[in-house]
Amino acid sequence: MRKNLNVIAAYSIMMVLIILVGVFQSWNIALSIFNMCLISAVMTMGANIQWGYAGLINFGIMGYTALGGLAAVLISVDPVQEAWSAGGFDILMCLWLIIALVLIIRFILKNFQKSKVRTYAIAVLIISGILLIRFTAEPGIEAIEDINPAKTGFLGGFGLPIIFSWIVGAFFAGGLAFIVGKVALGLRADYLAIATLLISEIVIAIIKHEDWLTRGVKNVIGLKRPAPYEVDLQSTDWFINLVEKFNSGKLELISNFSDRQAALNQLVIEGSSVFVKLCYSGLFLTVVIILLILTQKALYSPWGRMMRAIRDNEEAANAMGKNVVKQHLLIFILGSAIVGIAGAMLVTQDGLFTPGSYRPMRYTFLIWVMVIVGGSGNNFGAILGGFAVWFLWIEAAPIALFLINFFTAGMSETHILKLHLIESVPYFRFLMMGLGLLLIMRYRPKGILPEKIEIK
Amino acid sequence: MDILNALILLLNYIFIPALTYGSQLALGAIFVTLIYGILRFANFATGDMMSFGTMITILFTWYFQSLGISLGVLPTALIAIPFGILFMIIYMLSIDKFVFKYYRVNKSPPVQLAMVSIGVMFVTQAVVRIIIGPSDQRFFDGEKFIIKAREFKEMTGLNEGLALKSTQVITVLVTIVLVSLLFWFLNKTKTGKSMKAYSDNEDLALLSGIDPKKIVMITWIIAGILATIGGALYGLDKSFKPFTYFNNMLPIFAAAIVGGIGNPFGAFLGGYVIAFSEIFLTYAYKKFFMYILPESMEPESLVQLLSTDYKFAVSFSILVIVLLYRPSGIFKGKVL
Repeated sequence: MRKNLNVIAAYSIMMVLIILVGVFQSWNIALSIFNMCLISAVMTMGANIQWGYAGLINFGIMGYTALGGLAAVLISVDPVQEAWSAGGFDILMCLWLIIALVLIIRFILKNFQKSKVRTYAIAVLIISGILLIRFTAEPGIEAIEDINPAKTGFLGGFGLPIIFSWIVGAFFAGGLAFIVGKVALGLRADYLAIATLLISEIVIAIIKHEDWLTRGVKNVIGLKRPAPYEVDLQSTDWFINLVEKFNSGKLELISNFSDRQAALNQLVIEGSSVFVKLCYSGLFLTVVIILLILTQKALYSPWGRMMRAIRDNEEAANAMGKNVVKQHLLIFILGSAIVGIAGAMLVTQDGLFTPGSYRPMRYTFLIWVMVIVGGSGNNFGAILGGFAVWFLWIEAAPIALFLINFFTAGMSETHILKLHLIESVPYFRFLMMGLGLLLIMRYRPKGILPEKIEIK
Repeated sequence: MDILNALILLLNYIFIPALTYGSQLALGAIFVTLIYGILRFANFATGDMMSFGTMITILFTWYFQSLGISLGVLPTALIAIPFGILFMIIYMLSIDKFVFKYYRVNKSPPVQLAMVSIGVMFVTQAVVRIIIGPSDQRFFDGEKFIIKAREFKEMTGLNEGLALKSTQVITVLVTIVLVSLLFWFLNKTKTGKSMKAYSDNEDLALLSGIDPKKIVMITWIIAGILATIGGALYGLDKSFKPFTYFNNMLPIFAAAIVGGIGNPFGAFLGGYVIAFSEIFLTYAYKKFFMYILPESMEPESLVQLLSTDYKFAVSFSILVIVLLYRPSGIFKGKVL
């Protein structure tokens, strides 16, 4: 109990902060912060597995998040039949071509010795393959994008419940991580960082511009939900009764019947959105707890010890017969898959997929701030980092506004400096993140909850 | 005649824009490579430092414009750049003193320094946005074109016009002057040589009496000059927007690594490699082929290898390929 005191204290403070937001601002805001905190926590756990367990630096979190989001679209949207009949054949042909190309290259790599001829042959093969694929795909893509572009203009998905996409998102992200890992894991740490950052940008570019698959910057809106809709709730009897029961004290004070009815309506509308958010919180919390149990078990298993050994001394671990390359690849895939889950969760919660919103600041660097601030190598730290940093990210603007008003209290309301500062309040969150990161790196380099390995 | 038209077309739409963009990238890439070679970390705050320098330049430009000072046909920003450089150097040196120095003295691993530079990136980004705001700022004045497309057509009687913007000429000229000064400094002066020695082998350099503090300071000063001029030229040629500068960090990194990180000359060429390949691969050659091929063979499609949406993706793919096959870069930098 004693040794976990700081963990408990940190989490209680976090919870109290969120509850304070609920009391002072509104429960709606508090819950949406809480939900985003949970999603951030999942992302942070993914990054923490890579960085904290194995010392692998992955600046491509944005790409895996976006792939998770793509999975949500492809799983939940109903298939667009006209598009499939118009261009589906061409697209499928392309898929076969790509598979064939990969197989041929694999065959060449396996059966011929390394030589200049082989390298050139592969290069020629890839270039001609790409040209061939473009020629096959072009009519199909055009046909698909022409079908009702304002509403669909893409192939659609499988029309399954969106919750499945959380698993599929993990597979998508893991698949990408497999390719990236094969390509880039041999690089030195800072090159790995740059390479993954750039690869994630390529992924985003593809998602943004391949309209036949993702609708690109036209966005996909109105995705299915795993939770009930507010409008439906507001007309359901049991829900109205529930709200009435909860607020009976407040409602009894109003004597006029029509006033009471109006107040109840208002409460039902507020309550419905809180209820929906609570549903999401339940789902997300389940995911976080399952992942926490699994990662915690992994951390203290022989496998976890091996990963730490590899992280702390690669050569020694190698000499002890551990396959460093294989283990690195494995953990890279695992971590990225977890980030993919978070990406799918994010799109599920928002109900829309906006490829244009994926920016490295928000989806890569912010997550890294969370990992570093929370404590790398410690799962509880990672989750706490996700909570604390997201909370600060959202509440930075009100805090900054308060501080500005406090410090410029002596100035007149129309003073140009004060007006300018108030206008630029949203950017103080960057300042707070940066200063927070710098201070933590300097004075508590292991994070708020440092890695703690008990040797029994 | 048609061949000439085709050449002018390529010159106008590929060569000149790529040369300008390449120069802007090259300055940034030398900045990255110097920091990497001497301070030994990947500086993720590159783009935002450039935007900081540009911001100061813009503020001074506005101030001069309000005073009525101008250079006539040349943009006023040219007089503002030295002030921008001055503030930039002060900013960089103070960041080094309060942030980076601690880790350098403690001999922290490069990854940690890179993480710290992310903190600096956040702070710089916030400072720029708080001072000048996130929106587009134009600060170009003076004569916009040296040759206008229509005048060129009338002059030569060709079908294709050639437009030459004054900012393009300024960019290329300034880059040539600056880079040759830099290479002269690095290769011929004693300080430059000691910088090279320090980058090559730190311990040996210290033994032979090179003062590391001086080396670090000079590195930041050169970095400040490069960052401000590179940023200001980009802003003059296109426009200033903090977010664009952050994004530019990626092709700049690509240029530095393609050229062999730690090698300033490689970074310089790397900038052009990236710029030319981005534009070559995403240009639609239809018009070009219409000029050089007989009418019967005219292409129907745009003859575009990749759509312009993938401009950034091109440079990143080049980088990935280079990293795979020649991790030390085309022009051999430090072996990774």
